[in-house]
Amino acid sequence: MSESLAMLPQVIIDGLTLGFVYALVALGYTMVYGVLEFINFAHSEIFMVGAFAGTEALLILQSTGALAALPPFVSLVIALLFGMIVAGLLAAGMERVAYRPLRGAPRLVPLISAIGVSFFLQDAVRLFEGLWRNAFYLTTPVLYRQTLRFSNVDIQIRTLILVGVCLVIMFGLTTFVNRTKLGRALRAVAQDQATASIMGVNVNFMITMTFLIGGALGGAAGVLFAMQYTLIHPYVGFILGIKAFTAAVFGGIGNIPGAMLGGVLLGMVESLGSAYLGILTHGAFGAEYKDVFAFVILILVLIVKPSGLLGETISEKA
Amino acid sequence: MAVLELRDLHTYYGVIHAVKGLSLTVEKGEIVTLIGSNGAGKSTTLKAISGLLKPRQGEIHLEGQRIDGLAPHVIAGHRVAHVPEGRRIFPRLTVRENLEMGAFVCADRHEVNQGLERVTALFPRLKERLGQKGGTLSGGEQQMLAMGRALMMNPKILLLDEPSMGLAPVLVEQIFDIIRQLNLAGTTILLVEQNAHQALQVAGRGYVIQTGSIVLADSAEALRRNEMVRRVYLGEN
Repeated sequence: MSESLAMLPQVIIDGLTLGFVYALVALGYTMVYGVLEFINFAHSEIFMVGAFAGTEALLILQSTGALAALPPFVSLVIALLFGMIVAGLLAAGMERVAYRPLRGAPRLVPLISAIGVSFFLQDAVRLFEGLWRNAFYLTTPVLYRQTLRFSNVDIQIRTLILVGVCLVIMFGLTTFVNRTKLGRALRAVAQDQATASIMGVNVNFMITMTFLIGGALGGAAGVLFAMQYTLIHPYVGFILGIKAFTAAVFGGIGNIPGAMLGGVLLGMVESLGSAYLGILTHGAFGAEYKDVFAFVILILVLIVKPSGLLGETISEKA
Repeated sequence: MAVLELRDLHTYYGVIHAVKGLSLTVEKGEIVTLIGSNGAGKSTTLKAISGLLKPRQGEIHLEGQRIDGLAPHVIAGHRVAHVPEGRRIFPRLTVRENLEMGAFVCADRHEVNQGLERVTALFPRLKERLGQKGGTLSGGEQQMLAMGRALMMNPKILLLDEPSMGLAPVLVEQIFDIIRQLNLAGTTILLVEQNAHQALQVAGRGYVIQTGSIVLADSAEALRRNEMVRRVYLGEN
């Protein structure tokens, strides 16, 4: 028992790391849902493309020798920005090509379109990397190798960076949405598009902006994920995307703080579960069941509180 | 030059011909009312003006400039304020944020603050509730908020869609008092109402719409005395 307690800090750190990645991806699902009431199932591939864009940026820096010459922080910023820009533009472009023409169609139609975009992106990245690098499993160069050691807990510097970057991005997003004129307009569009438009808000512009921001967040999550776990492939977004979606539903779909909370909690539950389930059940169940937790939570939330942890309590219609 | 002029306006909902060749004018400083029964095409006309519906045929001029066919946010940029039917306030924004949304087209922060002062002076109730979520207000307060929000942009014309709908008689009186007050301060208003009695009290001129067409146009006073109006819309025998 003392042994299992001793590993608790490590388990919590691992859970937080994973949780912040879920949270960042979950924000993309929840923002798009908030505005369009549509689940962008291709968002998991936006995350994947972000991971590839960031990794490619680092690989190219490495091959030119710049990676060794530059301070790691500069490389980190370059990879993050590149991943965010590529993913953000891709998401906004996707909306134009695959979703906007279907506005007003029955709800299932854009959903099917999203699944199509998802397959397309997986195979497009696979094809591109296959031609370009002759391999579609990429190893991301490591920028920070140091580890801080506190008695029995190891904290990698890159873990701290991941959590730090996520916090900065979340703070920035919260400030934008709650404190700026454009953020206020975004919330207004999410509540009532027609009325926002007669206030002078260009609804199409706001929708493009939502995809751009949500995509950039997903891209940042992809870059951070690649730097943390260092092995990526074109299908890396699939399970992670579904879990991030679960996190968004857990926190209350459409609710921005909810997505952050849901992501972190889901990461913790998964980490704790995979560490202790084997001990608690005397080996009957083990860490291989960790993926099950996300979906158990999804089912429980849908049964017990479909509006999620921070789901809106004020009625939708005034 | 008229602030607003509609010429031979036709709109459709799918195949349903909702407004059939409607023409009307609103001069600067006037209150003009458009009265008619449910489904006559009153709200449809306002939606066509603010761009929420594209007219199939006809022209809409704002101070001589054609605005029909423009997107709603562009028309709002020309300072056309529309208080929609059912108020449509943003329930999860605070009262202050709702008001600030009304000034979305104002680039100048100073103008927004002036608007807030003007509107809260007009509706002291809103001032007490600035931090509250819009969805928590009562029906009357929501109507005040919807009107206050529309006034934030300093509109060239205020389009009011059924401001008295669903309100207690005492509140209806209050809303119409405010409409009168606004007009005295120089606001040009096009008022759509089922409550013809109140509408013809505040308006200078009126149009009667039946199944998408104007059947009568006259001064409010003449309409109040009109046999058909008295029978059909004022419920007198």
